[in-house]
Amino acid sequence: MAKVGYTRRALLKGGAAAAAASALPAPMLWAQDIKNITLRQFGTGVSNLNDVATKVKEDLGFTLEMTALDSDSVTQRAATQPDSFDIADIEYWICKKVWPTGNLQAMDVSKIANYDKIVGIFKDGKLTPDSDIAQGTAPHTVGFIPEPGATTFADEQTNWMTLIPTIYNADTLGIRPDLINRPIESWAELLNPEFRGKASILDISSIGIMDMAMVCEAMGEIQYGDKGNMTREEIDATFAIFTEAKQAGQFRAFWKSFDESVNLMASGEVVIQSMWSPAITAVKSRGIDCVYQPLKEGYRSWGGGIGLSQSLSGMELDAAYEYINWYLSGWVGGYLMRQGYYSAVPETSKEYMSENEWGYWFEGKEATDVITSPTGDTLAQAGEVRDGGSFEERMGSVACWNAVMDENQYMVRKWNEFIAS
Amino acid sequence: MLKNRHFLGWLQAAPLSLVLLVFLILPIITIVIVSFWQATEFSIIPAFSMENYQFLFGSPVTYKVFLATFKYAAITWALTLAIGFTVAYYLAFHIRSQTVQIALFLLCTIPFWTSNIIRMISWIPFLGRNGIANSTLIDMGLIDEPLEWLLYSDFSVILAFVHLYTLFMVVPIFNTMMRIDRSLIEAAYDNGASGFQTLVHVIVPLTKPGIMIGTIFVLTLVMGDFITVRFMSGSQSANVGRLISNDIALLQYPSAAATAVVLLCTVLIVIGILLRFVDIRKEL
Repeated sequence: MAKVGYTRRALLKGGAAAAAASALPAPMLWAQDIKNITLRQFGTGVSNLNDVATKVKEDLGFTLEMTALDSDSVTQRAATQPDSFDIADIEYWICKKVWPTGNLQAMDVSKIANYDKIVGIFKDGKLTPDSDIAQGTAPHTVGFIPEPGATTFADEQTNWMTLIPTIYNADTLGIRPDLINRPIESWAELLNPEFRGKASILDISSIGIMDMAMVCEAMGEIQYGDKGNMTREEIDATFAIFTEAKQAGQFRAFWKSFDESVNLMASGEVVIQSMWSPAITAVKSRGIDCVYQPLKEGYRSWGGGIGLSQSLSGMELDAAYEYINWYLSGWVGGYLMRQGYYSAVPETSKEYMSENEWGYWFEGKEATDVITSPTGDTLAQAGEVRDGGSFEERMGSVACWNAVMDENQYMVRKWNEFIAS
Repeated sequence: MLKNRHFLGWLQAAPLSLVLLVFLILPIITIVIVSFWQATEFSIIPAFSMENYQFLFGSPVTYKVFLATFKYAAITWALTLAIGFTVAYYLAFHIRSQTVQIALFLLCTIPFWTSNIIRMISWIPFLGRNGIANSTLIDMGLIDEPLEWLLYSDFSVILAFVHLYTLFMVVPIFNTMMRIDRSLIEAAYDNGASGFQTLVHVIVPLTKPGIMIGTIFVLTLVMGDFITVRFMSGSQSANVGRLISNDIALLQYPSAAATAVVLLCTVLIVIGILLRFVDIRKEL
């Protein structure tokens, strides 16, 4: 593993030096200068890891400063303070909101070494050539622009990419099997009166509305044209169903932060709720049985990527490209995949994972040995299988991507109403 | 000479005036201005538009939320007043030794050495479905099923408010009570007043300024709060503060500013009405 890392590093350094040699008269000077470069990255907590910054310093030589914020603050910062960052680590739906401000610059695909190996979801939207494209803000729809400087998105792959995909996953409902004692198969169970006072949903409107839509559709109450871009009538109908459930006492609480969702589940206040993958892990690590339940209607998926600030140029821009190439070269991917996320270039990550880890996380095979997180916590015992199975099974049954709607403002107002009702 | 004194007076008042101007008046003016602007998701458009206010006053949610805010404020006020008055009365009139008085008073403040949020959140495991309160009640045989309404309900919100803000009632009331001339109470007794009559006709009227200061503290704190309501109701109830914080989270600054202006006016009107009843300057 270490050997591979070294080769990679040497390769990148060599590549960088070669690039520098052609651009600058004194490549040695450049190698010195790169140590003084600091790139400021901000994003949501999931991928803003200090371990990554440490590894960047080790492998690439420059300093990466990480700031972790919640998704609302991330949007705010990307939209309003373009000079406060060099690299934005944002979700694709945030990109749809932020790109028109012109605060980010497109990336030259020809400079991305592993571009060809990036999963199809981020390029033409298809995991396999015959898979359907899910509803919502699918990453490929906001992944490319026609030409540098454009504020609208391209319909197909171009040489200019908005975000380099870094991390993504398929979300579903979390349940406490020990307190439910029967199989759960459908999103509709969230509003099953059996769980009155023991259900929860997240209080982040842009994601919560998606979970609501999955539930309403599963109940057979509403047929959506596009869950990721609802009409006012669809929004009204969705909230009507959930307001009725709320007033009947279906929900124990709503959660806004990761920790809240963990506590609700671990304390048994809630037995079924919308949840994020690492939260399940956190509940499990307390010795409490908790399952990330695959449901027949499919998953609600999300993806994040790295965008470059408009103000990046010169040596900093070169360093940023170097960072992106390093990001896709496998180490980070392996690190993230060992937490249950997926890497945009799975095949490079494979080199940084043991066979057991690759089998468990990616191929959906039984663990042959204890599975531990990058920080050393035990996540699964030998013989256990990942909830939902393999990469193809999980990412292949995505029903909807996190999205931002045209009627977003209307939806937000209805969300406020829902909370106040 | 006279002119000089005049100048000196202005000079002496200047630092405070400047501080108030920069840190109080200007921000409020900014909020008022922004409340007339318009916003999309990623940009704020300076304009003069009544849209934010039109939406605010046109939406039934606003009235509902303001009503909920008043409800929390009124119930919290009544409970903190009852508890605060009793505690202050006990400290002021039943404890004779000044040392004990100070010791007990400090005892009241001990919970305030930790953060507001910690004090609030520590109720959650206590009141939960499998929390200490429920398991104790079940063990005592008082209930068979855990009480669901203990947590994530209006009950838990108000409980947290009362816990957090009672001291703001105790302190000013205790302070006024300590200033009551003891001979007045003796005089009441000498004239044949019962303990209750003394309380109603002597102590309560003389304590009014303290009650009023405590009332202003509690009302403004409860009406401006958003985090207690969010945590203790499990995000299921809303008050005006939460409307504002939701708007800010969604980058709707102008709309948040408009709500803030309406809230500010409401609180000022409430305090204005209260001050008509009692002259708190007498106290200061």
